[in-house]
This record gives sequence, C-alpha cells and structure tokens, in this order.
Amino acid sequence: MMDRYTKWQMAGIYVCVAIFLTFVLLPFFEMFMASLRPLEHLFRSPYQFWSDDFSFDAYHKMWETVPLLGRYIFNSIFIAFSVTGITMVIVVPAAYAFARLDFPFKKATLGIFLGVNMFTGAVLLIPLYRVLRSLGLLNTYWAMIVPGVAFLIPTGIWLLRSYLEKIPRELEEAAFVDGASRMYTLRRVVLPLAVPGLIVVGVAVFIGAYAQQFLFAITFNQTRELQPLPAGLYEFIGYQSVTWNEMMAAALVGVLPVMVIFLFLQKYLVAGLTAGAVKE
Amino acid sequence: MVSFIYATDSNDHCSGELRLNDTPFSLPQTKTAQRSKTLPEGFFAWLLVAPAVLFIAVIVAWPLAETIRLSFMEAGLGGEKYVGLANYEDLVTSRKFHEIIVRTFYWMFLSVALKLVLGLIGATLLNAAVPGRALFRVLVMPPWVIPIAIGCIGWLWLYNGHFGVLSGVAQNFGLIDGPFEFLAHKRSAFYSAIVTDVWVGVPMVTLFFLAAMQGVSRDLYEAAWVDGAGRWYRFRRITIPQIMPVIVSMSLLSAIFTFNSFEIIWILTEGGPRGASTTLIVDTYKTAIGNYKFGEGSARAVIIVLLLGAFSLAYLFFLNKVNKKYGAK
Repeated sequence: MMDRYTKWQMAGIYVCVAIFLTFVLLPFFEMFMASLRPLEHLFRSPYQFWSDDFSFDAYHKMWETVPLLGRYIFNSIFIAFSVTGITMVIVVPAAYAFARLDFPFKKATLGIFLGVNMFTGAVLLIPLYRVLRSLGLLNTYWAMIVPGVAFLIPTGIWLLRSYLEKIPRELEEAAFVDGASRMYTLRRVVLPLAVPGLIVVGVAVFIGAYAQQFLFAITFNQTRELQPLPAGLYEFIGYQSVTWNEMMAAALVGVLPVMVIFLFLQKYLVAGLTAGAVKE
Repeated sequence: MVSFIYATDSNDHCSGELRLNDTPFSLPQTKTAQRSKTLPEGFFAWLLVAPAVLFIAVIVAWPLAETIRLSFMEAGLGGEKYVGLANYEDLVTSRKFHEIIVRTFYWMFLSVALKLVLGLIGATLLNAAVPGRALFRVLVMPPWVIPIAIGCIGWLWLYNGHFGVLSGVAQNFGLIDGPFEFLAHKRSAFYSAIVTDVWVGVPMVTLFFLAAMQGVSRDLYEAAWVDGAGRWYRFRRITIPQIMPVIVSMSLLSAIFTFNSFEIIWILTEGGPRGASTTLIVDTYKTAIGNYKFGEGSARAVIIVLLLGAFSLAYLFFLNKVNKKYGAK
C-alpha cells in the first residue's frame, strides 16, 4: 500500500532512472557506436550520429591490429585472480586474529592497516620500483601482483573482520571444549560459517585488483606479453594512425568476460553489501 | 577499499576470548591435558597476522620510509645528495604548488559532492518499488567493475570534438558553431575530468547507499505512513538520518579515492592543458617519474601523506560524533 505509486509518479521514476542510466552507460554506448563506424566516417563534417554503413568489421580486424589482445585479456584476469587469491590467503587468518583473539599491539597494527588505505601506490612508485628491482620482480607478473596484493590487504582485513565478528562465539567455544585445536577451529568451524562473507570480500578484492592494474603495469612492467588489458590498449592510443574503431571493439570485447562473471556474481555482491558492509 | 565503513567499530570484542583456565569450576583431567596442546593466544594471533604485517612492511612501510628519506635528498638517475629541507622549501615558496594544492582540494570537494548527491538520487531511484529495478541495479555496475583506464578510453572519445557524440550532437542542435574539444581548454578539461571521475565513483556510492537504505526497518516507514507522512517527509526524516553513518563514511572513502585519483586525469589530459587539471598526485608522478626528480617527487609524496592523514583524522573525529548522534554502533 505504502509503496504504491500513481501513474505519474511511476513515469517520473522511469524518466529519472533513464537519465541516470544514460549517464552511467553513455561511454559504453559511444564505444560501441565507434566500433561499428567505418574509420573514414569519423572525419565527416558536419557530425553525423548515424553512419549509413555500420559494420562489425572492426571485431574481426582488431585481432590483427592488436595481435596480443587475447593475451591482454588473459593477463588482466590472471593478475586479478592471482591478486585475489594471495590476498585472501593472507587476509583470512589476519582478519580472524583481529576479530577474535587478543594480542599485543593489536590496536596499533589495526590502525596501521587502516592508514595504509589512505594512500595509493602512486605516491610510492620510486621506492617501490627499487624494492621490486632488488627482489628481481620487475617485468614479471609478480611486479603487478605483489603491489596489488599489498594495497588490498588492509581493505580485505577490515571487511572480513566485521563479518567474522558476527559469527556466534559459542560455536568456537563448543569446539574448544571438545578439545579442538585453534587451527582446527579456524579451519573447520569458523571458515565454513564465513563463506558468504568470504565471497563478498573476495569479489570486492577482485574488483579492486581488476580495475586498478594500469599504474603498476605501465610503471613496473615493460614486457609486452605480460601487460594487462588497459596497459596493452593504452600503448596504441599514442600511435599516429589509431584505428579507433578497432580499439573500441578491443576494449569492449576485453571487458566482456569479467562483465559476464559479474552478471552472475552481482546477486552476492549486493546481498553482501546489505548484510555485511553496512551496519544498522 | 571500503575500510572506513568500520572506522568506528568497537574493538572491545577482543577481550572476551575463551580461556579454559578462566572457567570458575575445576576442570576434569582431560581438559587440563588439552590445554597444554593449545598455543598461547598472543603467539597464535601473531602467527596469523604475521604474513599480512610482513607484506605491508616490505611493500608499503619500507617504501614509505624510503620516500621520507629521499625527500631530504636531491636524487635522480645520477645519484643522491643530502639537501636538508630544500625540497620542502621550494614547495612552500612555489606559487604553482599552492595552486595545485588548492586545485586538488577543489577537485576533491566538487567531485565527492557530486558523487554523494548522484549516489543518493540513484540509490533512491533503484530502491523505488517499480518493475525492472533488479535490472536497473545490474546496469549501474559496469563503470565500477571494468578497469578504470578502459572507461577513460570511452570518455576520451566522448570528449573528442570531431568524433564525440557530445560535441557532435551539440553541433547538430546548433548549441555550438564548430567542433568543441572538451579536453583542449583549461576550464573544460578540468570539469570534464571531474565528470569522468564522478562517473567512475558513482556506481559504488549508489550501491552502498542502496544497501544502507534496504537495511532501514520498514516499521519506521509504516509508522510514519500511518501517521500520514508523505514520501519526501519520510525520505528526509527517516531515510537520511538512518543511513547517515554510511553517508559520512562513504564521503571519507570517496574523498580519499578522489584525492588519489590518478589514472583518470593521466589518461584524459596528463594534467594539462598547461597544468589546468594537475592535482597533487599527478604533479608528484610527473615530477618523480616524468622528470626523474626523485627527491622533489618524494617531498610531494610526503606532503600528500601528511595532508591525507590530517584530513582523515579530522574526518574520523567528525564521523565518531555523527555515529554517536545517530546511535550507530
């Protein structure tokens, strides 16, 4: 009853949603249109929104123009998954310790993790470059994975900690009384209960790892075969004769796999935000 | 990424850990034997935290210490020479640098304000009980879940005077006479970069606000509705106060993101034209990586850390007050 709208209200909501979504989706739409437009139509004056011979040619030719496109797409996903995996392995025990155990310097350590969130890799590039060089990691996948993990650990710990705090303590206590070791309790009691939280944190970390690969890639990696999608495509933008329609096609195809993954995961993501990230 | 949401979480759970020897009654023999097998709590905890701490120490803390050291050096590809506070003195007296700081804060406040307002509007729309809202929620996500740099390539195209739909359609409607290059003029380049930054940030803000709105108890709305409160009144007096803690923590989070926003400006304008869209982070990158002035770049990096630190502390103080006022835990 309370949620019922009049016809006009309904129309108003749809119009506003349409405007909002136009803003959000406009660049994608423009990229798609550009990918269909034959290159010679680009310089038409006056501007014509509708080209008479849109074609999907760019989607064939891009594989020749950007020979490593498949590799870039793979690299992007591979790096993002590696970062997510390593981050989770490090974050889960730490988050548990912060959520349940008492230890010296706990608050100070937690505060430091919070502080790390405040700045990004961009301010630390030079020393970070030197560290990676002395570890012999430059121009490898690790050059992009390691800094990615470092800047996502604090986020992961803070997120997961709040989930773990919500798991009833009694279950762990029961396991203890039955003689389970601490490690066993963590593995067999806490983790299975934390699965929904783990998924949400994992997805959040993945988004961070996937969306922000550009800077580390262009700074710490010169090996073309290892570049993730954004860095790989960015290289082409500087060229004299950019085949823009193919570039746009490549960008769209490049993000497609992850978009599809998110289509399936979005349910968990929104549910997770509702359940965990926001405290009533 | 979303950590400041928890900035005011109570930390007092940690003291309630179960210790077998706390049990007030005497334990059976077997239990006592068991206890010796368990690791001491503090030791075990540090074992769990150690990998994270080690990682941060090597990849963040050590480079940060290096940055501070380098900021007192004149350093480049050739070598290092101690110059004391010279790098900082240069910055303090540089008018250009003052402009950059002012521009960075202007950039941050404007962009964050737009993100919050649009996020609030968006969340309210997506929260409305109309058919199709599940689809709308999915359609909001793409800018958030693609590489930022890819989104920027799309915007690069949109802002192009000759190819872009913005300039093109404006010409067709007679709003402008010829092609307008959004990124070629000082003022329009800056605001164009802001629009793109807002575009990148809005989906996340929207979804967090949406999640918060769904957490508000329906009873409150129903009670107000029974009393005859209209939609706007319910929004103002129930929704906003109820999600206030999320609004406040989201604004801090967005502020830090926006302050540190590098890729967007770099890809769209590289800080130009003539420095019109150069923020602190871009200036730091240009100085250190572009011109190989490691010392001067490090001094800028240290100033960024100090400014963000001061800003965050002030904000957390404010956040605590808001949380107290609105009774959030």
